[in-house]
Amino acid sequence: MSQGDAIPEFQKAKAGEGGDVSLTNLSAFSSGPGIRSGAEIFAIIAVAVIIVGGAEFLLRFFEVPHYIMPPPSQIAWALVDEFPLIAPHLGYTLVELVSGFAIGSIIGLVMAAVITQFPFAEKIVAPYILLLVTTPMLALVPLLILRFGFGYTPRIIAVALAAGPMVMINAATGFRRVDSAKIALARSYGASTLQIFWKIRAPMALPMILVGLMIGAIFGLLTAVGAEMVGGGFGLGNRLTSYSSMIQMPQFFAVVLLLSILGILIYVLFFFIGKKWASWEA
Amino acid sequence: MNAGHTSKPKLGVRAATKVYHTASGDLLALDRCDLDVRANEIVSIVGPSGCGKTTLLWSMSGLHGLSAGEVVLDGQKITGPHPDIGIVFQEANLLPWRNLDANINFPFEIKGTQPDKAWINHLLRRVGLEGFGGKFPRELSGGMQQRAAIVRALSLKPSVLLMDEPFGALDSFTREEMNRLVEEIWLDAPTTIVFITHSIEEAIFLSDRVVVLTPRPGRVAKEYPVPFPRPRSLEIMATKEVFDLTNAIKMDIVGGRIGAKAKPALAVVNGGAPR
Repeated sequence: MSQGDAIPEFQKAKAGEGGDVSLTNLSAFSSGPGIRSGAEIFAIIAVAVIIVGGAEFLLRFFEVPHYIMPPPSQIAWALVDEFPLIAPHLGYTLVELVSGFAIGSIIGLVMAAVITQFPFAEKIVAPYILLLVTTPMLALVPLLILRFGFGYTPRIIAVALAAGPMVMINAATGFRRVDSAKIALARSYGASTLQIFWKIRAPMALPMILVGLMIGAIFGLLTAVGAEMVGGGFGLGNRLTSYSSMIQMPQFFAVVLLLSILGILIYVLFFFIGKKWASWEA
Repeated sequence: MNAGHTSKPKLGVRAATKVYHTASGDLLALDRCDLDVRANEIVSIVGPSGCGKTTLLWSMSGLHGLSAGEVVLDGQKITGPHPDIGIVFQEANLLPWRNLDANINFPFEIKGTQPDKAWINHLLRRVGLEGFGGKFPRELSGGMQQRAAIVRALSLKPSVLLMDEPFGALDSFTREEMNRLVEEIWLDAPTTIVFITHSIEEAIFLSDRVVVLTPRPGRVAKEYPVPFPRPRSLEIMATKEVFDLTNAIKMDIVGGRIGAKAKPALAVVNGGAPR
């Protein structure tokens, strides 16, 4: 990177093309100022009880058939009852998610770091990255199954293909947030290009990288479940298709509930990582 | 210039010329600019907005290459960032993801050397930042951030300190406080300071010499020695001599007494000028 001919630029607002990035989009769902009083806790629980209890009451009162929508108590019971049966499938899904996500995000991060160092290369690659981001990777699953069979391989590839580009475009946005004053600071102490990368560019990109990882993980989960629904005899997605084909709706919704919990856990995980490592941006 | 001073300058700028190649055409920021700074002298550079003050300072720091001419430190031509030159940037320029201690440690991390803890603690005490080591920049006021930046710059014991409009973003009271702090630090341990500012009062308060640049392309238009004794009290700053000097410099800058020698084709380019 030749900074030699850049006009010194200090305004914070112009700190790069990335613009203002914050983890506020992460905190959008959290209850802002935090819970303070017992009354607030009571209100939150009361509303939850009214919603769940109300659904229970309405579904039973109007005798809604179980194959349309089972009452919450039955879903909860099915989750407990069927858990020994569902648990291994949760394990399979997690294996696909974690390994696919790890492969995809590492490749995505490395590509983002490399590509942003070469603006010209970035221009050439950009359309293909966009293609990868916008194409639903689920569409490739039948093809992947044809090539790699019904095991883990096609699913892990699909998850990696779904997560990687998401991580990459967000990380690239982060790496592009060049603050020439901070780079000049490092250069004034004789920093090498590598030092500038690790000590200035990477920390500056970190909040965007975390956003990318979170979106990538959630896209990965969607793709893993989708791929399981398309083919193969294991995984939570497979449970969904098999329970629905047998009209076992309480069990079906128990799996849906489990997937929601998984998604929320992913969100919470990155929320706390962000709070710990990127709170300086807030 | 500087007739009568035969001693070699600490820092010399020789016919410095800088052209920026921008999308809207070439921009001549400095045009054969000459400046000598003696050892342990405080020189302020003032001039109209966009006259190339920051460009001149960045060239002196070695962060910028020059299109022509050279910068000489202790008789040696400067080709890049130099360990003997410390820089205090605009708006403190602390790293927001590091706390104060880690920010001050940053130069030593880059250089792979051990910081002189006793010296740094002395500096932190001096600027009143003792006990704030665990605070992050966003938890510090603008003045405190800039104090930390001064400590960071001085931690390496540079013999030249370049200050690029360091207090421009501060309110006027904090600014005066910071000016006094710079003078105190300098009286404690004199170093060579080049100080860029928009404020003529600040320039006169701090400097042994005020240098006025022409509008872009920047050249040295005039130099004013500032002979008042130090430490400079409020009483000295309120004298007629200071008032007259302030006005003379103001007339130079806003009164159009100094003319631009820019070629018209270059002068019309106004965008993207360094502040």
